[in-house]
Amino acid sequence: MSGLSDTAIARLKAAVTQPGVDSDRYTILDEIGHGGMGTVYRALDRDLGREVAIKIPRDAANRTLAHRLTREAQVLARLEHPGIVPIHDTGRLNDGRAFYVMKRVRGVTLREHLQANLDLSERLRIFERICEPVAFAHAHGCIHRDLKPDNVMLGAFGEVLVMDWGVAKVVGPEDDDADPAPVPAGATGPGTVVGTHGFMAPEQARGTAALVDRRADVYGLGAILFLLLTGEEPGSEAAGRIAGRSHIPRALRSICTRALAPEPSARYGSVEALANDVARFRAGQAVLAHRETPLERAARFGRTYRTAVLLVLAYIVMRTVVAFLAG
Amino acid sequence: MTDGDGRTRGGFPSTRHSVIERIREGDPDARRQAFGDLVESYWKPLYKHLRLTWRLDPEEARDLTQGFFADAFEKAWLERFEPDRARFRTFVRVCADRYVMNARQASARLKRGGANRTISLDFEGAEREVAAVRAAPGDDPEAFFRDEFVRALFERAVRALRAECEGSTRDTAFCLFERYDLAPDEAVSYAQLAAEHGLTTMQVTNQLARIRRRFRAHALDALRAVCASDEEFRREARDLFGMEVP
Repeated sequence: MSGLSDTAIARLKAAVTQPGVDSDRYTILDEIGHGGMGTVYRALDRDLGREVAIKIPRDAANRTLAHRLTREAQVLARLEHPGIVPIHDTGRLNDGRAFYVMKRVRGVTLREHLQANLDLSERLRIFERICEPVAFAHAHGCIHRDLKPDNVMLGAFGEVLVMDWGVAKVVGPEDDDADPAPVPAGATGPGTVVGTHGFMAPEQARGTAALVDRRADVYGLGAILFLLLTGEEPGSEAAGRIAGRSHIPRALRSICTRALAPEPSARYGSVEALANDVARFRAGQAVLAHRETPLERAARFGRTYRTAVLLVLAYIVMRTVVAFLAG
Repeated sequence: MTDGDGRTRGGFPSTRHSVIERIREGDPDARRQAFGDLVESYWKPLYKHLRLTWRLDPEEARDLTQGFFADAFEKAWLERFEPDRARFRTFVRVCADRYVMNARQASARLKRGGANRTISLDFEGAEREVAAVRAAPGDDPEAFFRDEFVRALFERAVRALRAECEGSTRDTAFCLFERYDLAPDEAVSYAQLAAEHGLTTMQVTNQLARIRRRFRAHALDALRAVCASDEEFRREARDLFGMEVP
């Protein structure tokens, strides 16, 4: 037998590490992706003859990861929304690890999608669509806590899904403040202080779980908005950096700055409030985050009602010319 | 629970004597068999290591590869392995490095080497693989040796799997495995394989899932065969494949 190619070696390694699902129903096909908590596999649901995705914790011995995966399944089960991937089933592997089965999302992450040259209106439309499931989750007592472009998927038909609810915080009667901070992709294990730098609210990065509420997600969405507007990673000084970008409309800069405020009390009080302000901008209305000068108001009016303004101006010019010629 | 051929249900090989235990056994046949396992798993990584890290010419690399294993068998070098000091894979490479250094210093390659103690190995095939190596070992010969060790391990597992499937009902499954998982470049699609073999896509994925489980069992068996202890086997499985073996 001639030597195995590097490509074949990679496939065989995947075959060796592929977990055995102790079920007659699912056949694992290949790996879709992996993160700090677990690996997602493409699998075949033989009963229904359709492809699904199966999420499995990375480390069989790590109880915290197992707990998070189970809780993620529970969170997904309570959040039925078109922008949140539906869960189909749960089970256990031969080695005792819990897994859950969800819809297989065909698409790209927001980060990949941004490689395409999208106009501002399209970017803002996507942002509003990201806000919808997050606001829905908040209404059902769940805070995502790890919003970032890698956790947003865009489907082939324009659908926008918020993924990876593994570190979501459940508030209310099932409050679980004791849970540590999110695990970054590629991190060595749970309990590592921060998630993705730049997308995590300061109070969350400090590890003060009790202070983390839905305004932490407002911050995460503000960081995503920063990326959508500038094409750059937000980093730790995003709120300061956006102010100097004069090519971005001032109203949008103000929205972004408010969402990224270091103090939770200075941010939007809810995701709906943030999304509504972006929607106002898209509709040509004044936004709450920015007090306009009369000149800005006139300019906005001109942009919004361009045709009507041009018609009125043309009418005035015409009347002036007629009046001049007459006399 | 076993799946009928001595392996646990998860595809893990059943415990057997470690290669070092078998080499140290008084029974000459058992020792020879254990050495055969070692040579099968290590000769190609070692040959490539000598060709690409040591930059030896093919003839010298071949002589020293054969000479190393012949001397290691005769002089019982590998029996001196101490598991507390290093993993067995590293020990083999370091022993070989020392052997090459000594042989070169003594300028006695032909005298000491394996030219007159030939072990039958496919050096021509290995040389074709050396020519196909895209990235030279660079500053990390240990990583290169590890990757080549995995390649040799998988080749051994594929051979075992092929032998198991030949003439049995798993023949088609092996064909699918060969076309999909062993393809040197971009694999064909499941749908394409289904059309080629007159199967449904679901039958293709089911057969592939089963044959991959068998491959996994053979790969772990091959690894277990050349580890010095159960503990090292678990460590190697973690290091090479990122998996926990119970």
